[in-house]
Amino acid sequence: MFRTALRNVLAHKARLLMTVLAVMLGVAFVSGTLVFTNTVSDALQKSSAKGFERVDVAVRPEYQDSEGNEVGKTPELTQALLDKAARVPGAASATGVLSGFTAVADKDGKLVGGDWQSAGGNYWGTKDPRYPLVSGHAPRGKGEVLIDSGTAKRAGYRVGDTVRLSVDGPVLTPTVSGIFTTDDGNVAAGGSLTLFDTPTAQALFGKKGTYDEIDVQAEAGTGQSTLKAALDKALPAKLVETTTGKQLADDQARMISASMSGLKQGLLVFAGIALFVGTFIIANTFTMLVAQRTRELALLRAVGASRRQVTRSVLIEAFAVGTVAGVTGLAAGIGIGAGLRSLLSSFGATLPGGPLVISPGTVATALAVGIVITMLAAWLPGRRAAKIPPVAAMSSVHAKATTRSLVLRNTLGALLTAAGITVILAATRMNADTGQGLMGIGAVLLIVGVFVLTPLLSRPLIAAASPVLRVFGVSGKLARQNSLRNPRRTAATASALMIGLTLITGMTVMAASLQMSIDKMASAAIRADYVVSMANRGPLSPDVARKVASADGVTLSSPLRNGESRIDGDTEFLTGVDGSAIGELTDLKVTDGSFTVDGTRIVVDEDRAEEHGWKAGSQFTAHFEDGKAQRLTVAGVYEGNDMLNGIILDDKVLTPHLSDPADMQVMVKTADGASETAKHTLEKALGTNPAIKIQDKQDVSDEIGKMFTQVLNMVYGLLGMAVIVAVLGVINTLAMSVFERAQEIGMLRAIGLDRRAVKRMVRLESLVISLFGGVLGIGLGVFFGWAAGELLGTKMPTYELVLPWGRMTVFLLLAGTVGVLAALWPARRAARLNMLSAIKAE
Amino acid sequence: MTTTPSPELRPGVPPAGRTTAVAARATELSKIYGQGETRVVALDRVSVDFRQAEFTAIMGPSGSGKSTLMHCVAGLDTFSSGSVRIGDTELGSLKDRQLTRLRRDKIGFIFQAFNLLPTLTALENITLPMDIAGRKADRTWVDHVIRMVGLSERLSHRPSQLSGGQQQRVAVARALASKPEIIFGDEPTGNLDSRSGAEVLGFLRNSVRELGQTVVMVTHDPVAAAYADRVIFLADGRIVDEMYDPTADSVLDLMRSFPGGNPQTPGFDAKGRTS
Repeated sequence: MFRTALRNVLAHKARLLMTVLAVMLGVAFVSGTLVFTNTVSDALQKSSAKGFERVDVAVRPEYQDSEGNEVGKTPELTQALLDKAARVPGAASATGVLSGFTAVADKDGKLVGGDWQSAGGNYWGTKDPRYPLVSGHAPRGKGEVLIDSGTAKRAGYRVGDTVRLSVDGPVLTPTVSGIFTTDDGNVAAGGSLTLFDTPTAQALFGKKGTYDEIDVQAEAGTGQSTLKAALDKALPAKLVETTTGKQLADDQARMISASMSGLKQGLLVFAGIALFVGTFIIANTFTMLVAQRTRELALLRAVGASRRQVTRSVLIEAFAVGTVAGVTGLAAGIGIGAGLRSLLSSFGATLPGGPLVISPGTVATALAVGIVITMLAAWLPGRRAAKIPPVAAMSSVHAKATTRSLVLRNTLGALLTAAGITVILAATRMNADTGQGLMGIGAVLLIVGVFVLTPLLSRPLIAAASPVLRVFGVSGKLARQNSLRNPRRTAATASALMIGLTLITGMTVMAASLQMSIDKMASAAIRADYVVSMANRGPLSPDVARKVASADGVTLSSPLRNGESRIDGDTEFLTGVDGSAIGELTDLKVTDGSFTVDGTRIVVDEDRAEEHGWKAGSQFTAHFEDGKAQRLTVAGVYEGNDMLNGIILDDKVLTPHLSDPADMQVMVKTADGASETAKHTLEKALGTNPAIKIQDKQDVSDEIGKMFTQVLNMVYGLLGMAVIVAVLGVINTLAMSVFERAQEIGMLRAIGLDRRAVKRMVRLESLVISLFGGVLGIGLGVFFGWAAGELLGTKMPTYELVLPWGRMTVFLLLAGTVGVLAALWPARRAARLNMLSAIKAE
Repeated sequence: MTTTPSPELRPGVPPAGRTTAVAARATELSKIYGQGETRVVALDRVSVDFRQAEFTAIMGPSGSGKSTLMHCVAGLDTFSSGSVRIGDTELGSLKDRQLTRLRRDKIGFIFQAFNLLPTLTALENITLPMDIAGRKADRTWVDHVIRMVGLSERLSHRPSQLSGGQQQRVAVARALASKPEIIFGDEPTGNLDSRSGAEVLGFLRNSVRELGQTVVMVTHDPVAAAYADRVIFLADGRIVDEMYDPTADSVLDLMRSFPGGNPQTPGFDAKGRTS
């Protein structure tokens, strides 16, 4: 039996090729994911461990939780504490560490690192072992900085050059005193790191005389835990916590592997989808192979093979196919893993180098996935093969069309579909958190139901296309009938494409709707012409608000100043604004009272009002971070959104209580509205600062749009694999159909169908199948998009369904293109069939 | 249409009173496969005329080139040298598309098996050549043909719902429906029982007698050949004999007279796996 099975595999090499490819792609996706994530995780862990080499014990401030009317605080790590730590027995030295945002401009004034990857820090003393200098010398005073070698290279800076940089608003123009190298992960990933001398860093980061962290190095012979114990004894336990370097490295390693496993799981979901789609192709192939070999198998049965043996022979064939697919998939996956790293580097994200990690687990998973999936998918066709009666060997009926009734299948499909729709509809009426799981179940039910129903659906849907097909004359007619000839085969082929397109469409609809609602939320409530913010959304120095207010053409402006308070024992965040301007700069819907921010009269959002039972006219006491209290009166209640919510009060009331005032944004209205000139004036007033963004409403929308586009493109790329597998499925089905119908095609050629018409016939069949899958997929996708939106809508008041018709048309065209492309090779084969041998056969 | 009989033919003179216009003519037709050692001459300078309104059977042992001759004359296969004419058209110079068009418009085919498309009804199968051409079928003519082959009741059936004999009658009707200049049959009764075979052959003969159709049929069965007006015998790629108004017995006798020539037992060639 084993030999028969292997001979069959070899005899049908060409026909099994697409199946092997389909499984191989799925396996490659899986093993590529594993290789890539393992490699990156390994490299990141090694590099982070390196970063902790010089830290034996880290001393960090212990955050003091808010309590009663006291606003929570982070204790200061003062110079005195550092000196104390350095003198602890066993300590060799102590380093004060500072970090913060520092934007560096290149020679054209553009930000060098990304918005989020522009970091700053301090260079300790005259020789800081953390940052080996390549050239120049340690920075001294405000006028000198060090920049990392990567940034220096990218921006073309050399020692002695003047750079433009900004920490929290004002522009600084120090000289580059030196260039250093670092294995800081952020820098390795394409960010920039700028180092100041310690007093300058303290001043710039708002940490006068204090540090973010104190790293203590042990004397030779002193263990980390001994040093930690000594530090714990010497330092006030209430204010600081100490951690050994090893612990930090372990924590970091755990965090890295957790975040990588998140990425891994995300990628594996998509790999799973591709594999799932692949199973349809495997099942289809084996069904067709079994049908074509009816006589052969019947002969085996006639000469004494048992049913079990026949099934086993099919499964052995599947095993061989799965093994080949598994091995080649693994090889391809290793290639993908290696390629992905260089690909990401070429996009600007530098990943730490390191050897490719191919674990035994990866190898085992790849092989197991390839073999198990193939054998599972071939199991049903194998069972069917066993049911071929021995007498079929004598009958001349060749590859009989499936005549088994679809009644059972249709009933089951209808039930599943109805259940799926009901569950989803029920879920849309729940709130977002409880409905999620239910909707997932409904979605699975519905997809499976529709899949089971596709043979039934194929008839009316393909019939709907017949007026179009009629244009193509007899080729169109034959194509339509061929596509309906074996509903199961057509269904499996179309379903493979349907799954990919369902997900793509669903994601697109959801993203479009979400983008619209977030866009609305962000821009609808704003009446300001410009919003000024930090590139990393970090705090702005109050200096910026002052400069904006006095800039030419600015008629109104207001900062959104951060504050924290305790009210009735709860922590509440405060937004300090210019009370006289805020009404003109925003357009918030007021539900009670009036939008008045003046002195002690404030406005609160609905959530806060409900929580505390406030109405217009209510009064309460706020305890600020400096411990002082203030009686405030609610003038109005407004509808909050992502950008503006919580308690809004006059900054004149808030600012005196703040030790280090900082703004999230500054809203600006100019005399002539948003224009290039107005923007330019503002930029100039702020010193053409690389770190500051000046955005009008359109810029805000564009930024949101860009974010969504990036995410969507990534999802498209990942789902693209499933679509490619589906294309292989269409090619496979067509090629096998052409093979099965060789005699028919030969006869058609003989009685006068020319090659072009034969090609057209195959192409149209492919187009019909693909568009069928496309229509189903897009339809389901829209439904899922709508349903998910209904669920999300309960959380987002501005949510509304957006149907991206343009995109959906593109998807349908894509399905059509897939059809045409997939038919290229089978159509050529059909047209080139040798008429005579086709007629003579049998 | 000229009437010169091919010089190579033995003097089996056509009986008087028959039309002598030629529907298809092969002149010095050769078909050679392979080169050097493996060179096989399938047809060796064969010249033959197929006259209009005549029913010709081509016979010969397996490998004699009878099928090759038919395929070459019918424009299904290419030939190495010589010429083939269907009506006024010289086939040798035609490209695949023109050849296809010629088959579609001027030739009808009946094969041994796989004559019909399983997805089409009997009627759709019958009108298929016209559908391919994008021509409207001549409804009266088609009805006439359908009545002749006795399929009026079964027009909406699909091939799988028809018996083998009925399927072959559909094939005959399809061949006749487009009024081709010539119909070629490749063992049209090879897969049928004798009663169904006799029916199909009867229709073919009637179409010649009553409708003036030209029919050329390859067969190995002397009984089938007896339906023809004329039988030509091939051996080793050459025409070795011909006979007019044959009977099963006379055909059998003639075949016995060939060196080593026993008539093939029916079904042998038909089931020979050639694929």
